[in-house]
Amino acid sequence: MSRDLKFVQALNEATDLCMAKDSSVQIMGLGVPDPKGVFGSTLGLQEKYGAERVSDLPTSENGMTGVAIGLALAGMRPIVTHIRLDFAVLTLEQLVNQAAKWHYMFGGRMRVPMVVRMIVGRGWGQGPQHSQSLQAWFAHVPGLKVVMPTTPHDAKGLLIASIEDDNPVIFIEHRWLYNISGPVPEGVYRVPIGSARVMREGTDITIVAISYMALEALRAADVLASHGISAEVIDLRSLRPWDERTVIDSVRKTRRLVVTDTGWKIGGFSAEIVARVAEDGVAMAVPPRRVCLPDSPTPTSPALSAHYYPRAVDIEETVAAMFGVDLPEVHAPVTIPLDIPDMSFSGPF
Amino acid sequence: MHTDTLATVDTGTVRGLHRDLIRIRLIDERIAALYPEQEMRCPVHLSIGQEAVSVGVCANLRRTDRVLSGHRSHGHYLAKGGSLKAMFAELYGRATGCTSGKGGSMHLLDLEAGFFGAVPIVGSTIPIAVGAAWASRMRGEDRVVVAFFGEAATEEGVFHEAINFAQLKRLPVLFVCENNLYSVYSPMSVRQPEGTEVYQVAAGHGVESAQGDGNDVVEVYTMARAAIERARQGRGPSFLEFKTYRWREHCGPFYDNDIGYRTPAEFEHWRRSCPIERFEAQLRDSGVMLPEELASLRREIEQEIDEAVAFAKSSPFPDAADMASFTYAE
Repeated sequence: MSRDLKFVQALNEATDLCMAKDSSVQIMGLGVPDPKGVFGSTLGLQEKYGAERVSDLPTSENGMTGVAIGLALAGMRPIVTHIRLDFAVLTLEQLVNQAAKWHYMFGGRMRVPMVVRMIVGRGWGQGPQHSQSLQAWFAHVPGLKVVMPTTPHDAKGLLIASIEDDNPVIFIEHRWLYNISGPVPEGVYRVPIGSARVMREGTDITIVAISYMALEALRAADVLASHGISAEVIDLRSLRPWDERTVIDSVRKTRRLVVTDTGWKIGGFSAEIVARVAEDGVAMAVPPRRVCLPDSPTPTSPALSAHYYPRAVDIEETVAAMFGVDLPEVHAPVTIPLDIPDMSFSGPF
Repeated sequence: MHTDTLATVDTGTVRGLHRDLIRIRLIDERIAALYPEQEMRCPVHLSIGQEAVSVGVCANLRRTDRVLSGHRSHGHYLAKGGSLKAMFAELYGRATGCTSGKGGSMHLLDLEAGFFGAVPIVGSTIPIAVGAAWASRMRGEDRVVVAFFGEAATEEGVFHEAINFAQLKRLPVLFVCENNLYSVYSPMSVRQPEGTEVYQVAAGHGVESAQGDGNDVVEVYTMARAAIERARQGRGPSFLEFKTYRWREHCGPFYDNDIGYRTPAEFEHWRRSCPIERFEAQLRDSGVMLPEELASLRREIEQEIDEAVAFAKSSPFPDAADMASFTYAE
């Protein structure tokens, strides 16, 4: 049975189901049991599972990540939350030197089954330190897994798969996805880590999209279709491991590739995808392109951030140029301000 | 605390403390002797001079209790009962090593003995120890966790983050600081304000804290006994600072007094305070152990070391095909 749930409800339900079936699952982070419950994703859990398993934490990100690693090594399955990914930058020592290494460097004798949820902010003046999309850093490190679901279905299925995984999983959520709705099956199901999903089939160009950019890519695909260009949209879902097969097979078919990411272009995960496809020797009709963040920190003023984030129109124009097609200048009128995902969002974060 | 304190410890324990002290000393001295052969191809941070802290603390622990440590971990690993053969094999990079050749001297592990891991990033196992203690409580296991670290670790943020949390949750953890005065070659005077006593910094977090003579194994033993008992009774964490001294170079088998970061007088002061010589003097004075027994004890340990080295040197290297194995848990 499927019903429509919001992305945030899917996260909450996945956590609830895992805690109900496995007493070693616990969730911890600043504000986890507070009245807002990490934007709603942890609401109601402490009432059901108690203050030990659903725990607030001191504002000690690196130390508490170490605590979570210790919990995981000693038989628990902790989920750690960060209301902004930027705070998790404080935890790189424990994540990179410790969580990612203990299984390897102790010859397979230690396991770190933990999930670290990080939320990427956008808009409403989040600015330089509340908006960073640093998935490429984590995806660079052997020993970590990295996932970035887009749909409510995948948010639930990937969170369950991540909680059940015996490795440290970096689970990155884009804040602008929290209120989107979609069909979500009841009960426990898993979306395999490392599997991409073809969101829309097409024959002329492959658009590989990460996280929120998958929604922009779908919008772009609609517009491109009206100009006779059939775009295949792939939601990557997992960055480490990533589904090389699905992407390469698609580009082999379409012979054109655009990658769009919520992160920066230089040294970003988009570079890894383009490089891998190139290494595979896939013949392409035109050079691949990337639609990512420009090379600056995130500005705060809406007047500046409106020009910072790539949108569907940027993907459309990039694709059109690859086909030598001129798109009409006028697009659908902008009906909502550019710094919020939809009219239900009224800030502040 | 001297002979009078000795009287409060039973004879079997006294003999055990003595044996462990000598054993750790002889093992690290053997590493120092063999290291120039260049067959142990990993950095080694020897425990020589600091053995009494490892021995005095671990003598109070059960096998099911857990110990974590840092870069200078040989003493902690051995005092907790870590396998000597697996340790030597690890130093020699062999497949039979305690981490199958993946870790080396800086990443010792022996789960059966309760040695729960060591890493060289200063202070990084402190929060992990706290997490392990929390897990044990949540799972209803009766375990105490000990985190060993040097005084430089108390300059790390994670130390303060972890000890605050341990006190907040009243976790069964013992924080043991071996204050050997130097972080590599940097003395306390360039790292902490004049007059700072490390144990008082810990006390600022509300944790039961005390300072002791780290070269007096009986003092370490009795102080740790009280702290571990406290943790076992669910009365929360403690912090013990023990002043001690590393004899050899920060990393490697040699002495480094010639490079000028510490004075000959300082070194000589601490060498005269050798934890083994001091303890043996106490033993002789109290008639617990006779000189001929000491000689046979040393012979017995040397033989154990011979066997472990032979085991290591005759063990196979890991297969090249295993280079990337264990990157992920299956």
